[in-house]
Amino acid sequence: MLIGNRVKYLGIVFGVVFAALLIAQQSSIFCGIMLLTIGQIRDVEGPGIWVMDRNVEFIDDIKPMSDTDLFRVKGVKGVDWAVAFYKGLVRARMEKGDFHQVILLGIDDATLIGAPEGLFMGTLSDLRTPEAVIMDDAGYARIWPGEPFVLGKVFEMNDHRAVLVGITKASRTFQSFPIIYTRYSQAVLFAPSERKVLSFVLANPKPGIPAEDVCRTITTSTGLQALTRDQFMKKTIRHFLMKTGIPVNFGITVMLGFLVGTAIAGQTFYLFTIENIKQFGALKAMGTSNRTILLMVLSQAVQVGIVGYGVGVGLAALFGWGTRGLTKLAFFMPWQVLVLTAVAVFLIILLASLLSIRKVLVVDPAIVFRG
Amino acid sequence: MTLFDPVDALSETDVAVRVRGVTKEFGSGDWLTKALRGVDLDVPYGALLMLVGPSGCGKTTLVSIVAGTLQATEGEVIVLGKDLAAMKSSQKVRFRRDNVGFVFQSYNLLPALTVVENAAVPLIIAGWRRSHAIEAASEILDQLGLGNRMTSLITELSGGQQQRVAIARALVHEPRLLVCDEPTSSLDAENGRITLELISKIAVQPDRAVIVVTHDSRVYDFADQIASMEDGQIKSVRDCRTNACKNPPLENS
Ligand SMILES: Nc1ncnc2c1ncn2[C@@H]1O[C@H](COP(=O)(O)OP(=O)(O)O)[C@@H](O)[C@H]1O
Ligand SMILES: [Mg+2]
Repeated sequence: MLIGNRVKYLGIVFGVVFAALLIAQQSSIFCGIMLLTIGQIRDVEGPGIWVMDRNVEFIDDIKPMSDTDLFRVKGVKGVDWAVAFYKGLVRARMEKGDFHQVILLGIDDATLIGAPEGLFMGTLSDLRTPEAVIMDDAGYARIWPGEPFVLGKVFEMNDHRAVLVGITKASRTFQSFPIIYTRYSQAVLFAPSERKVLSFVLANPKPGIPAEDVCRTITTSTGLQALTRDQFMKKTIRHFLMKTGIPVNFGITVMLGFLVGTAIAGQTFYLFTIENIKQFGALKAMGTSNRTILLMVLSQAVQVGIVGYGVGVGLAALFGWGTRGLTKLAFFMPWQVLVLTAVAVFLIILLASLLSIRKVLVVDPAIVFRG
Repeated sequence: MTLFDPVDALSETDVAVRVRGVTKEFGSGDWLTKALRGVDLDVPYGALLMLVGPSGCGKTTLVSIVAGTLQATEGEVIVLGKDLAAMKSSQKVRFRRDNVGFVFQSYNLLPALTVVENAAVPLIIAGWRRSHAIEAASEILDQLGLGNRMTSLITELSGGQQQRVAIARALVHEPRLLVCDEPTSSLDAENGRITLELISKIAVQPDRAVIVVTHDSRVYDFADQIASMEDGQIKSVRDCRTNACKNPPLENS
């Protein structure tokens, strides 16, 4: 090891840890939020195709179609089946008179396609009874904080009575409103009366026909926008990436972590080099080639980088693990985050050692006899 | 293939170092310093030559040129039969690695390494296996009386001990030229004498040469020859094996 000074060594490592931690943690939260944005698409597992208005940009961007559009989609060649899907923000009025914004999802009366998987209270078939709704557990906890989960709760939406018959564990959504499932015909009643209510048509291609092809056929023959499940997720994520300030905010924090980390590590490394410049000069006088010196400095930097990366990413993962119970924080660390952080750390140690490398390469071995 | 290699142009000379008409200028114009103004000097094999003279007279400049860390402005510098003036800088790096040992006033040991690791550095630079290098370094440290401090850190040693580690490092690869610039000026009288005694005992060998720059008249009696410098030139060279070098006292600074 080159760096004999423990304080300096820790200083350099600290710079790298700081940057790695901030970058890994912030990008993981960012990825978590991106995952939230597509949570509602992922929750609807059956259909391979989502059909919507031409101008819809993402899942929460509802532009109602007319009911006849469902039959037009059903008639398209290659479509196996198609069902209506309602999604909207609705005000729910509780027994005590308090109001809550909720996300209302209306699924096909006959098939219940789009229903949540795995209720943890109640049975799905109870949704067929009049006025029946299913709510997600997080939403329940928001509306009735501290109360145990019980079925049979009654409330109102648009002056229509709703009865809770099931509780599910839905993916958290970006907006984090309670989510209420009901039949489509019921949703139409719960929704504020509008001329058009059909939000999406969920469809599936006939076996053997690629979903992409069917989407194209739907679009050309109906003028509606048809996307595969994957395409819709990507489009939604792209919307949040391009049209919102979220990536910029996270980008700024990540950049800051990068810069501060580079500054700390670089400055400490440089100070160390200056302090030991005569030792480097002595090594050169004794016949160490520039190449060897370069390798020495770089291998030291890489060693610091590996330690800093490990500790930083480890701390970030620990943070994610520690906050996993808190519903407010989204944290998702895919391998891309690890790669991004590794690249950033590599750049940091490269930048940090650059000045030092320059310094030791130009040092004249003749200085060793001076003073 | 070249028939004429300027570096090896001279047949092995009978002196280890031959310097003729060497000048060295630093800077230019108003800032021109003539550090060396035509130096002639021979250092025979098997001898310890002390280079003495007032501060600023050019001693460090001269030994730097002889050791191959500094390029002379003019003149002939033949060291161990090689013409340093004709060497490319990469050749000089290799020449220093293989042939020159250095002892500095400020030791310049690596604080992150142990005593034995420091002493092994020249061998590791030369590409030795680490275990062999450590073994060779231990041997010479033993000779220098540091056998019990092998795994100490440099910072745990006294100045005299550090300078002995530096001597071990300078000699471990058995260089044929040892260059020491004021090796005793950071040490007290006793450690200064011990240092020079060790250098004269271990480093002086029939096929090697030692140059010691010093101010320190207390150690003159370890010299085989004393070359006095003044104002960038050699004023006199006395052979201590025939003359008494201790008195009359030479010029001191
Ligand atoms: N790198 C340099 N640049 C400019 N002047 C130098 C440099 N090195 C030495 N000198 C000058 O050369 C002269 C001889 O210096 P030096 O060889 O260090 O003397 P000594 O070792 O005898 O004290 C001094 O005047 C010094 O200022
Ligand atoms: Mg000097």
